[in-house]
Amino acid sequence: MKDAQVAVAFEGVTKSFGALKVLDDISFEVFRGTAFCLLGRSGSGKSVTIKQMIGLLKPDRGRIWVEGEDIAALDSAGLARVRKEIGFLFQYSALFDSISVGENVAFPLRRHTNMGEDEIRDRATKKLRRVGLEGIYDKMPSDISGGMRKRVGLARALVLEPALLLADEPSSGLDPITSREIDELFLDLKHTEGTTMVIVTHNIPSARSVGDELAVLHQGRILASGSPAELDRSEHAVVREFMQMQGGV
Amino acid sequence: MRTRVFRALDYSGDVALFALRILREALRSPREGGEILRQIFEVGYRSLPLIAAAGLAVGAVLSMHTRSSLERFGAEALIPAGLALALIKETGPLVTGLLLSGRVGAGIGAELGAMRVTEQIDALESLAVDSFKYLVITRVVACILVFPILTTVMNFTGILGGFIAETVISGMSLTLYWDRAWSLISFSDYIPATLKTCVFGFIIGTISSYLGYNTTGGTAGVGQASTRSVVFASILVITSNVVLVKAIFFFFPGGG
Repeated sequence: MKDAQVAVAFEGVTKSFGALKVLDDISFEVFRGTAFCLLGRSGSGKSVTIKQMIGLLKPDRGRIWVEGEDIAALDSAGLARVRKEIGFLFQYSALFDSISVGENVAFPLRRHTNMGEDEIRDRATKKLRRVGLEGIYDKMPSDISGGMRKRVGLARALVLEPALLLADEPSSGLDPITSREIDELFLDLKHTEGTTMVIVTHNIPSARSVGDELAVLHQGRILASGSPAELDRSEHAVVREFMQMQGGV
Repeated sequence: MRTRVFRALDYSGDVALFALRILREALRSPREGGEILRQIFEVGYRSLPLIAAAGLAVGAVLSMHTRSSLERFGAEALIPAGLALALIKETGPLVTGLLLSGRVGAGIGAELGAMRVTEQIDALESLAVDSFKYLVITRVVACILVFPILTTVMNFTGILGGFIAETVISGMSLTLYWDRAWSLISFSDYIPATLKTCVFGFIIGTISSYLGYNTTGGTAGVGQASTRSVVFASILVITSNVVLVKAIFFFFPGGG
């Protein structure tokens, strides 16, 4: 078991796909109630890192602790138990396109609670409103914009009120205003509900605004980690270059 | 050449393991009853127009061929029985299997493939849902349950199509046609031939789910999964039919 204050911990994690080593012996910790932003260029292994936190990929070596559990050692029932505590926002939303927007948000409630029909609809509607969406419950995912889809994905990730939210590129493909609104929502979640967040991004302004701790992933290794101010003072050229970016990389 | 053989063997092994996993996990809870019902609607109800239309056409054509053969011997009275025997014992099950290889196999391959490349399968897993049970088992079970029913629809519409063709030529009444059609059909003709389509359902559901569930390569991969589902499922339906017919002859010597 890990320290109770640690929500996620990577210990010497290595992951390869064939001959390509994506992660090379990486270690870090994410503390409860904080937002941890993982930065890096496209293809640096950020999405592989976050997918391992929820057991969608398994490490070749090393251990990953999530909510006190060694995620790679869990059987399917254990994995399902931990996953109910985690919300995952996918890069391209990954909404189920055969059901309506509202039913996407209601899906986890139908699967994992004993709520009645009215209560489910009410909770899903409230979550949609929480992400700034109203009146689209019965629309199909194909009928809404990319930004709205992202928000619906976020509402679905939050509907079971998870202790840990994992977000894979939450601002990719969004206009700056929508992107800032999602950042504000993350800040609000952190402050009002104490949700721990791991955010994979290459949007530096967004990471500066939301992240308590930032880590820069480069060529399978974490080059540096710390607060935005600490990374600004890093002696590593790649890290400094990253932190000086005003838009996305 | 050797590499191709090894790759084919490797591929066959993967499909066999996938099929074994289906058999093992189908017996475990949760049973996903609601999703199975939805798939029965998708696979069964939505295939009804295709099967009924094909049944009418196949029955009419078979009737015309049967007539041209039997009238040489003055045995026109046997047309309904000959047609019903041909339909029920072989044509109905096989044509149903091949039609559904196209409609259902392509549908499952494309749908699961699209879900894989758009991370919807990962999303299910992230929501603590066993995607294999929710997507694969439900579709295969629906195919197994629905295929014999659709085969029965094919058989009956085929006999109806045969009647329409026959009555236009000879003016035979429906009652007489119906009585003659069933005069030579026994329990051991109907049940084994119809139930063998459960195996077709398992084959089509399994192969198309395997190809869709393991899709890689973006939208091009989805297209490939869909096409391969139809090709492989059709080939396997035709070849497995040989084994199944032999097995029916063995277990039901009177009816084979």
